[in-house]
Amino acid sequence: MDLTFSEEQDELRKVVRSFLARHSDEANVRRLAADLQGHDPVVWRRMAGELGLQGLAVPEEYGGSGFGYVDLGIVFEEAGRALLGGPYFATVALAAEALLRCADEQARHDFLPGIASGGTVATLALTEEGGRWDEQGIGLTAAYDETGGWRLNGVKTYVPDGHLADLLLVAARTPSGTSLLAVETADAPGLARTPLPTLDQTRKQARVEFTDTPARLLGPEGTAWPALERTLATAAVLLAAEQVGGAAAALDAAVEYAKIREQYGRPIGSFQGIKHKCADMLMEIESARSAAYGGLWALDAGGDTEIAIAAALAQAFCSEAFTKVAADNIQVHGGIGFTWEHPAHLYFKRAKSSEVLLGTPSYHRELLATRLGI
Amino acid sequence: MELDFGPDVRDFRDEVRDWLADHLVGEFAEHRGVGGPTDGAAWEVRLAWDRELSAGGWLGVGWPREYGGRGLGLLEEIVFEYEYARVNAPYRATVNALDLLGPMLLRMGSEAQKKRFLPPILAVEELWGQGFSEPGAGSDLASVRTRAELDDGGTSRSSGAESGGEWVVNGQKVWTSFGVHADWLYVLTRTDPRSARHKGLSLLLVPTDQPGVEIRPIRNLAGQDEFAEVFLSDARTGADMVVGEVGQGWRTAMATLGIERGTTLLPQQLTFEREAEALIDLARERGALDDPMLRRRIVDAWISVRIMRTTNLRTIAELTAGRTPGAQATTAKLYASTRHQQLGRLATELAGPAGQIVGEGYALDRRQRSFLLSLAETIYGGSSEIQRNIIGEQVLGLPKEPRP
Ligand SMILES: Cc1cc2nc3c(=O)[nH]c(=O)nc-3n(C[C@H](O)[C@H](O)[C@H](O)COP(=O)(O)OP(=O)(O)OC[C@H]3O[C@@H](n4cnc5c(N)ncnc54)[C@H](O)[C@@H]3O)c2cc1C
Repeated sequence: MDLTFSEEQDELRKVVRSFLARHSDEANVRRLAADLQGHDPVVWRRMAGELGLQGLAVPEEYGGSGFGYVDLGIVFEEAGRALLGGPYFATVALAAEALLRCADEQARHDFLPGIASGGTVATLALTEEGGRWDEQGIGLTAAYDETGGWRLNGVKTYVPDGHLADLLLVAARTPSGTSLLAVETADAPGLARTPLPTLDQTRKQARVEFTDTPARLLGPEGTAWPALERTLATAAVLLAAEQVGGAAAALDAAVEYAKIREQYGRPIGSFQGIKHKCADMLMEIESARSAAYGGLWALDAGGDTEIAIAAALAQAFCSEAFTKVAADNIQVHGGIGFTWEHPAHLYFKRAKSSEVLLGTPSYHRELLATRLGI
Repeated sequence: MELDFGPDVRDFRDEVRDWLADHLVGEFAEHRGVGGPTDGAAWEVRLAWDRELSAGGWLGVGWPREYGGRGLGLLEEIVFEYEYARVNAPYRATVNALDLLGPMLLRMGSEAQKKRFLPPILAVEELWGQGFSEPGAGSDLASVRTRAELDDGGTSRSSGAESGGEWVVNGQKVWTSFGVHADWLYVLTRTDPRSARHKGLSLLLVPTDQPGVEIRPIRNLAGQDEFAEVFLSDARTGADMVVGEVGQGWRTAMATLGIERGTTLLPQQLTFEREAEALIDLARERGALDDPMLRRRIVDAWISVRIMRTTNLRTIAELTAGRTPGAQATTAKLYASTRHQQLGRLATELAGPAGQIVGEGYALDRRQRSFLLSLAETIYGGSSEIQRNIIGEQVLGLPKEPRP
């Protein structure tokens, strides 16, 4: 059984944590949050060059280091703890995974090494105005014409880091079903990208318009949905790990404050109203850890059904756990927790945006129910 | 998710499976899943089942051979418990001695105590009760008032004690689970009358078969009388019946309460899972799955049991890897006990009006009993409030509550 972490994994966590403590401290988080682009290319290159984080779970044949999802989950947990800004989730959890799952060996060879080296920022463009993550939500069309190849027409929106991605993987409708197409954004004709101002400024989104934009079909036409579904399951689990990290950081802040803030002549943490709230926060986080880690283990060792179940469970649970803990952290801090200057709201807003990033908790409950045959 | 503990224990697992398949038959099979940590249902059948297990060499899988155990490792214990729970065998009547007293004696008992008490536990010859709580000392266990004085004039009556006098014990214990069946009690007493709180306590082993011990059953809200109050009036036990050192009873008691429960978490978990599955079946039968509110609660119930399972597996994995279990080992009880109650509430609700009807003489069906008994899970073994104090103070390091 490997339901616990190895020493190497503990070490990985330590290294990533200390890297992020330097490069994604509060000042940097706020700097990126205030900037509509929200990307620090220098840090991005160091993440790839010094730590190999973008290619951690990319197989070696595509330029990565071939670690498993449990390892990748550790990075996401730490990224969540540090509120890492920039396109890590979009590139690694969504785009790299979509490439790995799609039936196109050539595309993997063409695109994954760039992702692993930190040269390529990528994302998955799936959602449209309806904000849906299911197959029915895909309305954008791709058409083939003999002279010009595949062309995209339509709008994608709420695309994570879509404004700065070098590579867009676009889910589209073609005459034979759902297909996945790639657009390299540099000089792509008929492409208009607009960053969207977001409630959670630490994670950016964009609206992307396609007007007869040339694109490359990945894999056989009309067969992309199962691969996309699996991509979303993986992303759901990695997001859950990120949510756990964010919640843990919020609890740490609450506990630290409860130890030093005094009222009625004693630290507020000695009052059960606050102490019990913190204990419940920890219980929530440890339960969320089980949900997220269960998903990571399934990704490494489980079959398709198990992965689908574990992923829906992880999102349904971890989304709400993070939001609850982040809100409780504000409560423990009292007035100061309600200010722009205090970091508590950054976590709360990240929690709220993560809650809908890949579909709401209700949506994931419904997915789970369907997958369980309930 | 089928657990696979690797090739090393596969033979052992098959041996357990085969044995259970051969022996969990007849009356035993009819009592699948019967009983619980505080549920004394079908006591005699379960005792007989425990003896069957004992004869098969399945009690004390991890205990040393010299005391009648199998001398195997934690992993084998877990595999046994898992297979045991998988076939839903009756809840062991002697679990108190097997899970609490036995491990405590193994850790802190004298050689003579181990030799004297462990083999009869495994042979199901002597049953034990835990005498910690008192009318005035529940959550605040350090305030126990039951006194014990050493009377060194007398000669020891209790088995095995040769000389050194006897303890004379006076006081009252309460909520002693299965106390009415106990041949022996392990009792937290105050041996230094001038001491306060944690100091001056000792843990004594006291035989119940004597005039100084009176045990009266107390009826619980499910109509069972499986816990008891215990009156100790000049009750006697040998001077050598102290576990650990005299005056160090608090440490011994805390060790008992803290004894790693990795092996018992999993079976309880599988019981909850079974209840969740039954709940889903019930909901389907009653057409409740179309009600979005109920549907949500049903999915949440399923999520809870799955999370409990993963949490327990994390703890077991850490234990078997020789690591110190993480914080989840401390939060697990709070989570499991509160979520199990939600599960019970939902099941009772889904059962509808028919589910409210009980049998003759307040006979409860399994669902009703599990639901009512789940109300104790947030009280015994440290209430939820006390768990939150422990998590807050010992895991998160928050300042202690002001105490007198
Ligand atoms: C079914 C069952 C079986 C049991 N079996 C045994 C057994 O075999 N042997 C044994 O020794 N004991 C046994 N117990 C006793 C059990 O350990 C105690 O009931 C438990 O520790 C609570 O103590 P109490 O009942 O005195 O409640 P109290 O301590 O009086 O608590 C009453 C309420 O006040 C709360 N409270 C108390 N102190 C605090 C505090 N500091 N902060 C916040 N809230 C607080 C509690 O959480 C609870 O809600 C059993 C109990 C039950 C219900």
